[in-house]
Amino acid sequence: MTPLLREAFNRIRSFFRKDPLDREFNEEMASHLEMAREENIRRGMSPDDARREALLRFGGIQQSREQHRKARGLPLLDVLMQDLRFSFRTLKREWGFTLVAVLILALGIGANITVFSVVNTILLRPLPFRDSDRLVRIVEKNPSAGESSKTYTADATQDFQQLNRSFQSVSGYFAFTGPDNLKLIGNGQPIPVTGILVAEGFFQTLSVEARTGRLFRPGEFVKHAPPVVLLSYPFWKRQFNGDAHIVGRTIDLSNTSVTVIGVLPETFDFGSVFSPGAKVDLFAPYIMDDFREDGNDLALIGRLKPGVTLGAAQREADQIFPQLQFEHKHPEFKPGYTGQLTILKDYVSGKLRRSLIVLWCAVGMILLIVCVNLSNLLLGRLAARSKEFGMRSALGAGRGRLLRQLLTESMVLAIAGSVFGLGLASVTLSYLAHQGSIALPLLSMVRIDGNVLAWTLLIAIAAAVLFGTAPGLRMSAGNLQELLKDSGPGLSDGIKHGRLRSTLVITEIALACVLVVGAGLLLRSFLRVMDVDLGFEPARAAAITVDYDDGRNVARRAAIWQDIVNRASMIPGVETAGISDNLPMSRNRSWGITAKGRQKAKDSDFLPVFVYIVSPGYLEAMGMRLLEGRDISWHDIVDNRNVVIINETVARRLWPGQSPIGRIALAGGAEAQVIGVVADVRETGVEDKPGAQMYLPPTKQFGPEGANLVVRSKLPPAALAKSVMKTLREINPAQPATEFKPIQSLVDHATSPRRFFVLLVGIFAGLGLLLASLGIYGVISYAVTRQRAEIGIRMALGATASLVQFNVIRNTLRLALAGIFIGFLASLAVARFIASLLFGTSPTDPPTFGAMVILLGLVALLAGYLPARKASRIDPMIALRSN
Amino acid sequence: MQESKLDLLQGTLDVMVLQTLEVLGPLHGYGIARRIEQVSGNEILLNQGTIYASLVRLQQRGWIAAQWGTSENNRKAKFYSITKSGRKQLARDTAYWRRLAALMGRVLAMDDEGGKN
Repeated sequence: MTPLLREAFNRIRSFFRKDPLDREFNEEMASHLEMAREENIRRGMSPDDARREALLRFGGIQQSREQHRKARGLPLLDVLMQDLRFSFRTLKREWGFTLVAVLILALGIGANITVFSVVNTILLRPLPFRDSDRLVRIVEKNPSAGESSKTYTADATQDFQQLNRSFQSVSGYFAFTGPDNLKLIGNGQPIPVTGILVAEGFFQTLSVEARTGRLFRPGEFVKHAPPVVLLSYPFWKRQFNGDAHIVGRTIDLSNTSVTVIGVLPETFDFGSVFSPGAKVDLFAPYIMDDFREDGNDLALIGRLKPGVTLGAAQREADQIFPQLQFEHKHPEFKPGYTGQLTILKDYVSGKLRRSLIVLWCAVGMILLIVCVNLSNLLLGRLAARSKEFGMRSALGAGRGRLLRQLLTESMVLAIAGSVFGLGLASVTLSYLAHQGSIALPLLSMVRIDGNVLAWTLLIAIAAAVLFGTAPGLRMSAGNLQELLKDSGPGLSDGIKHGRLRSTLVITEIALACVLVVGAGLLLRSFLRVMDVDLGFEPARAAAITVDYDDGRNVARRAAIWQDIVNRASMIPGVETAGISDNLPMSRNRSWGITAKGRQKAKDSDFLPVFVYIVSPGYLEAMGMRLLEGRDISWHDIVDNRNVVIINETVARRLWPGQSPIGRIALAGGAEAQVIGVVADVRETGVEDKPGAQMYLPPTKQFGPEGANLVVRSKLPPAALAKSVMKTLREINPAQPATEFKPIQSLVDHATSPRRFFVLLVGIFAGLGLLLASLGIYGVISYAVTRQRAEIGIRMALGATASLVQFNVIRNTLRLALAGIFIGFLASLAVARFIASLLFGTSPTDPPTFGAMVILLGLVALLAGYLPARKASRIDPMIALRSN
Repeated sequence: MQESKLDLLQGTLDVMVLQTLEVLGPLHGYGIARRIEQVSGNEILLNQGTIYASLVRLQQRGWIAAQWGTSENNRKAKFYSITKSGRKQLARDTAYWRRLAALMGRVLAMDDEGGKN
C-alpha cells in the first residue's frame, strides 16, 4: 500500500474515531507538559514558573488539538458536517420559511423532473431494442395522409428484401388493423381482442426475444400453415393470469383454433412505438400469399447491416424502389414506389421534438422563477439575520466561511426540494404512463431512470447556486461589523438592498409574462383546433365494432347489415343508425378514383382516395352534410348497383365547375355512378387538410373490412350501451363485448398530444403567475414593514390613509410595469420560436398579448393591495413609539 | 537588530522528526521536540505542540510507529520509532535536501562573471 493510500485510509478511519483519538491525544499532551514541567523544576524553576514555561513552549493546547485533527482526519468534511448541523438547526427553528421554500422548490423541481422524464423517454433514450440506432422505418417519400401511402404490397416487400444489400433484415406489419378486430371465444361471452399480423422476421429485426416459448418459424408463414399466435405480456397477464403453461395451449380466435407458441417480453410494447395509444393483445404471422392481391398493406421496418450508413442505404433504396412492382401478376401496374428511410427513433419522435423542447424550456423557466423567488425569500431572511452574521463575523468567522455556510443552507433546501420533487414527479409519471388516451409514443415506458436522477441532481445544484448566490453576494458585500450596530431610527434604509430585490421581482414578472403568452398562444391554437369544421358532428354519436357471419355471401351480408341498422334505429333514444367499415381519424385505407372519359384511364389519372364502405344512414348518423344528390339506399345494395358518394375535394378535382351527380367514375376498379356529394371530412387528424374521400355501398365489387355501427341519439352513449349490445346479441349471439365508444373519443384521441401540451404549459403558466405574485407580495410587504417608521412620520405629518395606500400600490405597479414591458419584448421573440406549433393563431396575436398585460397587471395589483392596506392601517403613534 | 527565528518550511519538520528517530531510536514527543530545539540551537520558531501534527501524519503514512510505554522518569508516554519504510523515506528526503542545499549554495554564490568563482 502506498503511503498516500494508507494515509487516505487512516484519515477516513480517524474521521469516525474522533472521540477516542482526542482522548488519547489529551493524555499525550498531559504527559508532554508534565515532562516539560519536571525538567524545568530540575533546572531550578519554581513550580509555578516551571508550569507556565512548559505551557508557553508548548503553544496553544486548543490550536494543537485543531492541528492534530486537521492532520489526521478529513477537515473539509468536518466543516461540512458542522455547516450541515448548523443549517438543520436554523432551518428547524425557522420552520415556516423552510416549509414554504421546500414546497416551492419541490413544485419547481418536480415539474422539471416530470418533463425531463418525458423528454428523456421520447427524445433522448434509445428505443427499447438492441442497437436501435440501426432500425429504420421505410415509407413513401411524399406520403399523403393515410396509411396506404406509407405501406407496400407483399410482392414489393419481397422484392426489396431480395434486392437490397444494405439491410440485415427487412420486415413489416399489417398496417390496417382496427382495434378489437378478433374475438377470443372461451367459456363465457366472446372477448374482443386486437391482433396484429407481422411479416416473417419482424421480431428478429427488432431483436425482440420471446419471454417464454418461441418466435414464429419460417414454416408458419406459408399458406395453410397451422395457425399460431404470440401473446403480448399484458394480455397474457390479464387474460390468462400469467399462466406458466400457456405455451402449446389452443385458443379459439374468431372461430379458428390457434396454438399459442409464446409470450413476448414485458418491455415490448408494440403500440407505444408504432401506434401511440393503441393496445395490442396478440401477434400472428402475415402470410404473404394471402395478401398478394390486396394492395399496399405492409408497414416496413429494417435493420441496417453493421457499418452501413443511412445515407448509403438511402442511395440504394432510391435505385431499388422505383423498380419494384405492385403485383407480380400484373406487371402493367406501375406503382412508382419511392422509399424514404428514417431512423425508427426519429420517425417515432421526430414530430414531437419541437413541442417537447418548448415544454422543456417552459419548465426551465418555472425553475428560474422558483429560484428568483427563493433568492428573494433568502434576501429577506438575510436582512433579519444580519445581526447574527455580524456576531459570527466578530467572533472570527471569515467571509468565505460565512458564504460557505449560506450555500450549505441553500443546498440543504435544494436537496430537500428535490427529494419531494422526485416524489411528486413519480406520482405524476405513473399517472401519465397509464394514460392510454394520450396519443404520445413511448409514453407508457416513461419512468425515473439513471438519467433522470442525474438530471435531478444537476438541477438541484444549479438551483442552489442560483438562488444562493444573490444572498451570498449581498452578505459578503456589506460591512459585517456595521451590522452589529443598531440601525438608528430606521428611515428608508437599505435602498441598495431594495434595488436588488426589485430587480429580482422584475425578472420574475418578465418570466411569468413569457410563460403566460406562450400558454395563451397555445391555448388559442387549441381552441381554434376545437373549432375546426370536422365535416361531421362527433357530439351525440357513438360507434361499436359489430361482428357477424355472412359466410362470404354478399346478399347475406346486405341482409345482415340491413337487419342491424333497422333494429338499432328502433332502440328507444336512437335517432339514426348506419354502418361503415372505417371511421374517420382511426384506421383508413385508400384506393384510386377518376372520371370515366372517352379514352382508357392511365395510372396517373387516378386520384388517391380514402374509401369507406357504408350502409344507408351512416352519413346522417355521423352528422355529415350531404351537399348534393342523395344517400345510398338499400335498393342500391340489394340490386348490386355500383354507386358512389364523393366529397367536395373529389368533385372539385374531377369535375371542376360542373355538377358531378349522375356522372360515371372509375372507383376501386369498377364503374360507379356518382349519386351524391358530401362536405369534406377530416379523416386523418383535426389539423390535417382533408383529402379525397368516397363512400361506396357494400356491393359485390366493394368489400368492407369489418363493420362499425354508428348510432346518433339524444342520450349519452353510456346510457345506450346496454340496449345496443342487447340488440346486437339478439342478431348474433357471438357478438363480442366490444366497447361502445363515443365518436368524440376519436377526435379527443387525435387532439390529445396538443391537449397534453396545452395543459402542461397552462399549468406552468399558472404556477409562474402564482410564484410571481408571491414574489411581488413578498417584496412590497417587506418594504412596508421596513418603512413603518417613515410611514408613521408621514401620517403624523398629515398624509391620509388613502395616500399611503396609493403610494404603495404605485410602487407595486412600477415594478409590475417594468417587468411586463421586458416580458412583452421577450415574449415577442419567444412567440416566433413556437410559431410552428401554433394553429390558426399569429405569433403576435394581439388578444393574447393584451390579455397577458391585463392579467399580470391585475395580479400585481392584488399582490400589492394587501401590503398597501396594511400600510394604510399603521397607527403613527405606535409606529413611532416602537423605535 | 536581533535576527528573527527561522520559519519552518513545509515538510521540513517531518524530515527532522524522522532523522531524530533514526539517530536516537524510540522517543516520545517531548523528547523529539527538545532534541530538535537543541540541535537547531534555538534557531527555529517551534511551538512544541506543532510536533504532534507531524507525528500523526508520519504515523498515518506508515513511516513511524507508536506505542505507549514508560519514560526514564517512570512516566507514561507515547513512544515513536521509525519503520522500515520510514527509513527509505528518510533516505529519499536526505538526498533531496542535500541536492537542494547544494543548488541553493551554488545559486547564492553566483557573482556577475557567469557564476564561477
